[in-house]
Amino acid sequence: MTDEEEPILRFRDDDQARALYDRIDALMDAIGEPVSLMHVCGSHEEAIAKYGLRANLPADLSVRMGPGCPVCVTDMPEIDEGIALAEAGVTVATFGDMFRVPGTEGSLRDAKREGASVEVVYSASDAVEYARANPEESVVFFATGFETTAAPTAAVLAADPPENFSVLSVHKYVPPAMEAIAELPETNIDGFLAAGHAAAITGYGLFEDLVEEHEIPTVVGGFEPLDVLRAIADLLEMIATDDPGLGNAYPRVVSEAGNVAAQETMWSVFEQTTRAWRGLGEIPSGNLEIRPAYAAHDAREQFDIDPDVGPVDPLAEQCLCGDIMAGTADPDDCTLFGTVCTPRDPVGPCMVSDEGTCNIWNRYGGRPEV
Amino acid sequence: MTDEFVSTDHGTGTEPMRDLLADVVLPRFGGDHGDAVGLDALDDGAVLPAGDRSVVLTTDSHVVDPLEFPGGDIGRLAVAGTVNDLAMMGATDDVALTSALIVEDGFPMDRLDRIVESMGTTCEEAGCRIVAGDTKVMGGGDVDGLVVNTAGVGIIPPGTHVSDAALEPGQKIGVSGTIGDHGIALLAAREDIGFEDPLESDVAPVDHLVDAAREAGSIAAMKDPTRGGLSTVLNEMARKASVGIEVDERSIPVADGVEGASEVLGIDPFDVANEGKFVFAAPPGDAEAIVAALRERPGGADATLIGDVHAEHPGEVVLDTGVGRRFMTEPIAEPLPRIC
Ligand code: SF4
Ligand code: SF4
Repeated sequence: MTDEEEPILRFRDDDQARALYDRIDALMDAIGEPVSLMHVCGSHEEAIAKYGLRANLPADLSVRMGPGCPVCVTDMPEIDEGIALAEAGVTVATFGDMFRVPGTEGSLRDAKREGASVEVVYSASDAVEYARANPEESVVFFATGFETTAAPTAAVLAADPPENFSVLSVHKYVPPAMEAIAELPETNIDGFLAAGHAAAITGYGLFEDLVEEHEIPTVVGGFEPLDVLRAIADLLEMIATDDPGLGNAYPRVVSEAGNVAAQETMWSVFEQTTRAWRGLGEIPSGNLEIRPAYAAHDAREQFDIDPDVGPVDPLAEQCLCGDIMAGTADPDDCTLFGTVCTPRDPVGPCMVSDEGTCNIWNRYGGRPEV
Repeated sequence: MTDEFVSTDHGTGTEPMRDLLADVVLPRFGGDHGDAVGLDALDDGAVLPAGDRSVVLTTDSHVVDPLEFPGGDIGRLAVAGTVNDLAMMGATDDVALTSALIVEDGFPMDRLDRIVESMGTTCEEAGCRIVAGDTKVMGGGDVDGLVVNTAGVGIIPPGTHVSDAALEPGQKIGVSGTIGDHGIALLAAREDIGFEDPLESDVAPVDHLVDAAREAGSIAAMKDPTRGGLSTVLNEMARKASVGIEVDERSIPVADGVEGASEVLGIDPFDVANEGKFVFAAPPGDAEAIVAALRERPGGADATLIGDVHAEHPGEVVLDTGVGRRFMTEPIAEPLPRIC
């Protein structure tokens, strides 16, 4: 056991956990009415479910997952675009968990089975390496993900990639989605637990406008169980004192300004545009599009993408992923959950990705009544 | 029938496999076995009356990637697996095995030699013999290197077998040692994750540990957490006896290296195979005596009690994580390392 490992173990200390639960109970008593918090990150859902935190939280406090996994929010027509490219003879390089997510007519995996060239990569730079090693192929990186993966995509575009490499950006930017959700009349979210890893890049200061405009408490939290409990307690404190502010419960990793160099690269390559998020519809300024200066490596500029947008599977129409991501439903509210829709045979994207809420609930039981 | 084709999920020892057995196999092979423990019990082996004795019978086919891994190889796995299945039924003496080798054309002879030798030495360790065998060679690509099937027979006094279904509220649940070693060592080897101290599989015969445990106290139920791991075995035991099991995560022994590697791989050590451990249920006093006896033996140093049997939540396993509580569910398919 090395010295660096020690602090991690402390984050699972049960005495500290008990103290935080007591603080949460006391704050809920002071508030005196049900509270609904939303986290926007699959890793938070994973921590909450894996460590069984919901079982010890007061019954009238609900902690829901919002649009927290980029796999889940990639829109079907965006996947169709990737498939159209692969079918046109281009090599599409994709993250593994995107490989199986269905578009309107099948997934990238289905396209590969039918002979299209689809490569699974682990990062944007892997895709560039593949392009360098295979100069006779046109390689398109199917770029999914939030700020955490958009920054590395920007870095490879800014570093003069080979001519045969381009990017199909379906990158998404989380803060506008949080704003859209805060505005939804039916959502009723009393506070946001923001994702620590995204904030490590963008800085927690980024959420200032959201907090001010929507008067919604927002706290950045880490991913150890005690990090999550501390962030929840901080949010309840703000709600109890009616003082919606911006908090950072993850100071060991997140600063106010974030990684300024990464942000500069990201904004030099990308600009915010409006496209649909799967299940949520159009989110104003919620997408990251490649700037014209990089058109030579923008797959949408380089290729004439004309996706075959098929009819939506009727089963998929029953999928509640949209409501789950908007904070108005839990996975077990979906009639397909665990019976028709399972990780073996997923209907909706929330069941495909390991960080999708339905997948996580399926893995850890999900039900808090233990 | 739920699926049109057989997939690898059907071989994982969890829900898809139960479906396959229920839909395809048991209706044809099952049936009423009277006093005997038959296939429908889905225990580690069958128990068949034969005059004034009972015969315990079991069989298993073994595939593993890689064939030789840190801490063992497919030969050791095949012998230990069958010896352990018999031991889980209470048959630890005078065990005889059969071995069938299915080898791919082009398989290196020296490798086969090493593996067969390993089968021999593992038999010596377990005090058993291989008494019948078969060897087939298949064309290149028709089989992945080498498949080993072993079957085993043991003789026990009637009524002395141990089932995996006799759990009752009030009993304690124990394990004979650290959990997750085999599965995590294999995944680490396959993913080529270099650790300073390479993780080793725990593959070993546990018959002598079972003897020591049974001398120390009465075991109500016993099972080895192979495919599907500890979580699958606990769920199976809870389901068969219609009782609830509650385990305390902090008391489940997991080796440091295994814990670290499972975090890196994103895989729960409770969901992967163990090949030299067993889980048991016993009344409280016996359970403590069993743990004490196991700790005296080689391979039993980390034996410990991990939980209790309850009447609440019948058929389910509750895990106390120290900072919270949740159901401990079974893996649905073979756990795969995370991609991102
Ligand atoms: S599964 Fe997790 S790590 Fe992978 S893309 Fe989704 S959120 Fe990111
Ligand atoms: S259970 Fe499946 S169909 Fe239902 S909301 Fe989740 S992913 Fe969609």
